[in-house]
Amino acid sequence: MTAIDWPLEIYSALKDAGVRIVGFVPDGGHKRLIELCIADPDVRCVVLTTEEEGIALAAGAWLGGVRCALLMQSSGVGNCINVLGMTHECRLPLLVLVTMRGEQGEFNPWQVPMGQATRSVLESMSVAVHRVAAAEEAAPSVAAAAKRAYSGNSAQAVLIAQQVIGIKSFQEQSAR
Amino acid sequence: MTAVLHRREVVEALLKERGDALVVAGLGSTAWDCTAAGDSPLTFPLWGAMGAAAMVGLGLSLAQPDRRVLVITGDGEMLMGLGSFATIGVQAPRNLSIAVIDNERYGETGMQSTHTAHGVDLAAVALGCRFSSVRLVRDWKEFESARAELLRGAGPVLVQVKVLPEKLPLVLPPHDGIVLKDRFRRALLGATPAV
Repeated sequence: MTAIDWPLEIYSALKDAGVRIVGFVPDGGHKRLIELCIADPDVRCVVLTTEEEGIALAAGAWLGGVRCALLMQSSGVGNCINVLGMTHECRLPLLVLVTMRGEQGEFNPWQVPMGQATRSVLESMSVAVHRVAAAEEAAPSVAAAAKRAYSGNSAQAVLIAQQVIGIKSFQEQSAR
Repeated sequence: MTAVLHRREVVEALLKERGDALVVAGLGSTAWDCTAAGDSPLTFPLWGAMGAAAMVGLGLSLAQPDRRVLVITGDGEMLMGLGSFATIGVQAPRNLSIAVIDNERYGETGMQSTHTAHGVDLAAVALGCRFSSVRLVRDWKEFESARAELLRGAGPVLVQVKVLPEKLPLVLPPHDGIVLKDRFRRALLGATPAV
């Protein structure tokens, strides 16, 4: 366990950015951040059946004047591809926090292809990518991405490296 | 059972009574239907993102809980976003209604049959996903009653309207997404939205 409580710091960065709706498909790496959001009565949490629903949710929220952020695992990025076309064509703000799988320390080989393709998939759909390789970079990266998203009408993704999350096995994941 | 309702008459009659409702139109025929009934800055027509209409409606309904949000979409579009029924059922927005204009066809690609032509029951799916109010409409009398539910009923509301499989003249909304977004936000939030 790292000394820095990066999920708490990200939560504070989201609050500071004025995010009021958080959509997610749960992921072990986002577990603590999701719990912090659920515990906050001023954050509306929307559990999605698939990540692409979140892209549409964020679009609708923005049309209605509310900032929405999305949490997902790297595997979910692949589910978003076509709907990201709407984000781009309408120049809608988007903030997606992605916990990475398929990197150093991966215990499931089936996570590797999408994990390796995550950055290029996002960039192919005109989503700017920030990579967080250490816990202390997490909150500043989220704050910077949020600013660029909401004040610049752009799509931003923050990829949180698997080494930051630090889950090494199925057993450890299910024990969290 | 053969459908009797004409889609353009249904959508026109629905939008005529919309009041200050915010409208999301699913891609293809339902976007053309909404435009044929009269373009409005508070109608957001999708030109892509198939399967996303209901979730755009959910985001809007959570952001604007005091306004009615009406999603008008087709059976093929809704079938691509079936999971959103479950997501909406859990959120249970009182102000969200979805009208599925169901011609049992993929209208833009050659009128091929959709799953609803083979008995897949969208209304039953919505009911199973905890929608508050679910109706299947086959004639004008049923539609008039369902229209009141769509515009004023406690949501989430799902009304599936069986319509004739007609091929109609295209009536296209503006296609520039930035224009569609900006005009919607300006009409809803004012000239300089704080968010």
